[in-house]
Amino acid sequence: MSLESGLILSGILFMIGLTGVMIRRNIIFMLLSVEIMLNAAGIAFIFAGSSRADPNGQIMFLFILAVAAAEVAIGLALVILIYQKFKTLDIDGISFMKG
Amino acid sequence: MQHLIGYIVLFPFLGFLVLFLLNRYLSKSMVSLIGVGSVGIPALLTMLVGLNYLNDPDGTVRVETWEWFQAGSLDPGITFLLDPLALIFVFIVTFVGFLIHLYSVEFMKNDDGYGRFFAYMNLFIGSMLILVLADNLVFLYLGWEGVGLCSFLLIGFWYRDPENVKAAKKAFVVTRIGDTSMVIGLFLLFAHFQTLEIQELLAAIPGKWAEGSSLATWGSILLLGGAVGKSAQLPLQVWLPDAMAGPSPVSALIHAATMVTAGVYLIARTHVLFLQAPDVMEGVAIIGALTLLIAGTSALTQTDIKKVLAYSTISQIGYMFLALGVGAWSAAVFHFMVHAFFKALLFLAAGAVILAMHHEHNMFKMGGLRKRMPVIFWTFLAGAASLAAVPLITAGFYSKDAILWLSFAGEKGNSALWLAGTAGAFITAVYTFRMIFVTFYGKQDHETAYRPGYLILIPLIVLAVFSMLAGFIEMPHNMAHVDLFSGFVQFSLPEAMPQINKPGLEWLFQGISSLMTLGGIFTAYFLYLRRPEKPRQWAHQYSRTRQFLLEGWKFDRLYRYLVIRPVTYLSEVNREDFIDRIYILMAESTRWWHTLLVKTQNGRVRWYIMGTALGVLLILAIIILI
Repeated sequence: MSLESGLILSGILFMIGLTGVMIRRNIIFMLLSVEIMLNAAGIAFIFAGSSRADPNGQIMFLFILAVAAAEVAIGLALVILIYQKFKTLDIDGISFMKG
Repeated sequence: MQHLIGYIVLFPFLGFLVLFLLNRYLSKSMVSLIGVGSVGIPALLTMLVGLNYLNDPDGTVRVETWEWFQAGSLDPGITFLLDPLALIFVFIVTFVGFLIHLYSVEFMKNDDGYGRFFAYMNLFIGSMLILVLADNLVFLYLGWEGVGLCSFLLIGFWYRDPENVKAAKKAFVVTRIGDTSMVIGLFLLFAHFQTLEIQELLAAIPGKWAEGSSLATWGSILLLGGAVGKSAQLPLQVWLPDAMAGPSPVSALIHAATMVTAGVYLIARTHVLFLQAPDVMEGVAIIGALTLLIAGTSALTQTDIKKVLAYSTISQIGYMFLALGVGAWSAAVFHFMVHAFFKALLFLAAGAVILAMHHEHNMFKMGGLRKRMPVIFWTFLAGAASLAAVPLITAGFYSKDAILWLSFAGEKGNSALWLAGTAGAFITAVYTFRMIFVTFYGKQDHETAYRPGYLILIPLIVLAVFSMLAGFIEMPHNMAHVDLFSGFVQFSLPEAMPQINKPGLEWLFQGISSLMTLGGIFTAYFLYLRRPEKPRQWAHQYSRTRQFLLEGWKFDRLYRYLVIRPVTYLSEVNREDFIDRIYILMAESTRWWHTLLVKTQNGRVRWYIMGTALGVLLILAIIILI
């Protein structure tokens, strides 16, 4: 596959993720969408790396995986706490932190 | 021996600190002991140092103690410089100061602020000593401001009367105008010479600033501004008459004998700079001549005995400025010395009279005190004779004669200056003896309340002796060849050479000034003892002129219209302070933006994400399109 089509794929994935974060109201789905965005970025790295025959692209993907794992761990912990406190996962329902 | 110079300055400050901090724990006799002792010891030390110095008067003595601060190439030290000029000033400050402190022990004994009084007086003596002994102009300026502060504190010493506080404030503000000018002068000197050490400056100025160059002129004008402020000369003389609100010893010490001569000292100290600016020198002489006439004529109409003396002080310092302006340096310093003796004497004697008359200042309510207070009368007469320059027997004659002769025959002298000086001599004699005749002669109206004790009489007698005899150390060439004083001073100041060397002419001039004095005394005698109804009639007839003179040529009124009214008007107009408005506007706009932006902080996470995405889009668009 060429770099171009790879980057288009990554861009489409990223837009799907972003749209998901923006229009979903359930926190768990928002987290899922964030994961999609992270993976889209990872794909872009891998394509860029392989087209230049540079292993650094794959190394960056490993970093992103590690970040994603950490993010999911903290994110799910927050989701549990939010659910315990508000008995809901609707992000629009917990909008009392305003200026 | 010379290392004692530092201790001369140290003792008054120690006295101030002890009295200021421990005032309430000390008994009255302890306060007197510390207050007088901390000036007495420096007086003794000055005698020791002075005698030692007289043996070997050539050269100057520098005593370095420690560095004050360092900023770039400016590193003023706490360093003292002793040369003949400084020695004379130190001698007067400590010696006359000591006598006045002694007098104050009795004069102030029933005052509530006894300890406070001596604390301030000691601080004043210390600051004045710094002023005259400083080896750089920064250190000198410290003393300069110190005496200004003490002047403020002591004029307002009886602070319960708002009038006194007003007078103190006026003195402070008016002298501050001069101080500001002086400080700018120091900046100018430093900018061009990278040093403010007096000796280095005096050595460098003639080489770098040509005679009559604009820099030299501006530098000397700025320093002159400081000098006229502190020495109460035209146009800043308005503060001194009001400064009489303080106790009499304060008037004697600060507003007659020492502080007000700081301007004379400054000009004499920086004479090299003034010599490079002949126009300014001429200005100094003209200021002196005008001031002595204005103050003299004002003194003629005063009824308050201390105000007469205050105006006579302004007038006599005018003589010193006249002498400085014509380059008669040693004559100016000589007149300063003699003036310190007789003016301190006059103020102290007047203080004793006022005390005896239940704090009555009006001379016309006194009268006939000659019999009641003989010692006061005779000492006051000695001082007055010296002030009026009674020929041959008084010191004032010799000092004033030197000034008058050089104002005519000196290098920069001319007949107009001489005429002003001679007219001033006549006026001086009239107002001085008017004071004597009105206060001590005639019939007594009131009972005297108290008899002055020894602590008041001894300083008076000592000062009276000095006002008579101090003149014999310097006599005109045509009378007797005595020039101990100018011979001593010429190590730090150039000698003034008369251009005309005709003894006959000098005799004639001395004759004229003697006639002026005697004529003035006779006029006063005639008007106030023989025909006392005449002046009263005139006062009625020419009441406008009298009022004009009584208010010191109405300079206060002039400044009220010229300065005070516009300033208060402007501040009234600008009550809301337009500069403040700018900052208020900035605060207002910040608050407005706050209320606007706080709406975006709505707590909806999805909204934030949208905002972030839009921001990214915007940045990308900018990067791609531009």
